[in-house]
Amino acid sequence: MSKSTTQARPLSPHLQIYRITPTMAMSVAHRITGAALYFGILLFALWLFAAAGSKEQFDFVNALFGSILGRIVIFGYSWVLIHHMLGGIRHLIWDTTHGLEKHTSRQMAIATLVGSIVLTLVIWIAAWVIRGGL
Amino acid sequence: MVQLTLPKNSKVKQGKVWPRPEGATNLREYRVYRWSPDDTENPRVDTYYVDLDDCGPMVLDGLIWIKNKIDPTLTFRRSCREGICGSCAMNIDGANTLACTKAMDDVGGAVRIYPLPHMPVVKDLVPDLSIPYAQLSSIEPWLQTVTPEPATEWKQSHEDRAKLDGLYECILCFCCQTSCPSYWWNGERYLGPAVLLQAYRWLIDSRDEATGERLDKLEDPFRLYRCHTIMNCTQTCPKGLNPAKAIAEIKKMMVERRV
Repeated sequence: MSKSTTQARPLSPHLQIYRITPTMAMSVAHRITGAALYFGILLFALWLFAAAGSKEQFDFVNALFGSILGRIVIFGYSWVLIHHMLGGIRHLIWDTTHGLEKHTSRQMAIATLVGSIVLTLVIWIAAWVIRGGL
Repeated sequence: MVQLTLPKNSKVKQGKVWPRPEGATNLREYRVYRWSPDDTENPRVDTYYVDLDDCGPMVLDGLIWIKNKIDPTLTFRRSCREGICGSCAMNIDGANTLACTKAMDDVGGAVRIYPLPHMPVVKDLVPDLSIPYAQLSSIEPWLQTVTPEPATEWKQSHEDRAKLDGLYECILCFCCQTSCPSYWWNGERYLGPAVLLQAYRWLIDSRDEATGERLDKLEDPFRLYRCHTIMNCTQTCPKGLNPAKAIAEIKKMMVERRV
């Protein structure tokens, strides 16, 4: 095989054609949520800074987070946090060499997604009930 | 390096639609990746129609039928046609498997066929597997001992022999290797699931006496630890083996020898 032929060889398609598996999707989701947490923690830090500052600053940040948009962002952040936590637990179990069978691993990936949505809703509903309205 | 898109020379174009076989009523559509080193064209996907009344049930039967009856230039590897040689590994319907053991009935819609993913293409469905083969040699997949050779054979208990089950059956088709996104992005430094399963096969063999050296060679952020448990390997293995578990066992051995 001549050198020029070797260099001209195309790369076969990969992401473009590979059927997404639940484990693959949750691996990507784990990375994205992990990165998103960096921004989420900034919100928490902002709230702490405001609490350590003046009453006006604290009221301002509370009003910001209490607005419709603020609540949507915090709702998203809570899901991201829980999804990443459940993903972390899943990886911890896998690191012990358990739950790696074809169907078990698939079910665990799906459970991460379902579990994170359910847990997030449970937390928000619980908060809503305890506070008597959001 | 992570590059999500294909290089310019690898972008897949719309190909030719070959005429339907005359008089055939029971047809199956095949969409097959084509690329030839003999011209300067980009890869393309050609459409063929297979006469199911004249063809066996497996995806490979369809490919052979196309080669015999429609287009003799279609190039692919095949040999045993019963899932033991590993030659006809390719991406069928979005997952890597053996064309000879994959039934057309198990594929919905047109049968879409590509070479094993993220590999240099030699021609059509034939990928260049030089790198995975070199990686396999690098883990020295043979028995290594220091004690004097016994007069008869190396003995092994039934329990120790059973530890090789689920490992020795690997036919090195590299379906798992080329299904792994970590391998796609770091294929020259990460050994990949097929090679690591082989590495574990020798690590766990009670007769092998090079366990420490083997682990030393694997102790590397890329060679072993690029496995991020994406699990595509285990999901796709046409022999039902579990490379992800073998890799997890190696990682566990690494921890255990330190504590």
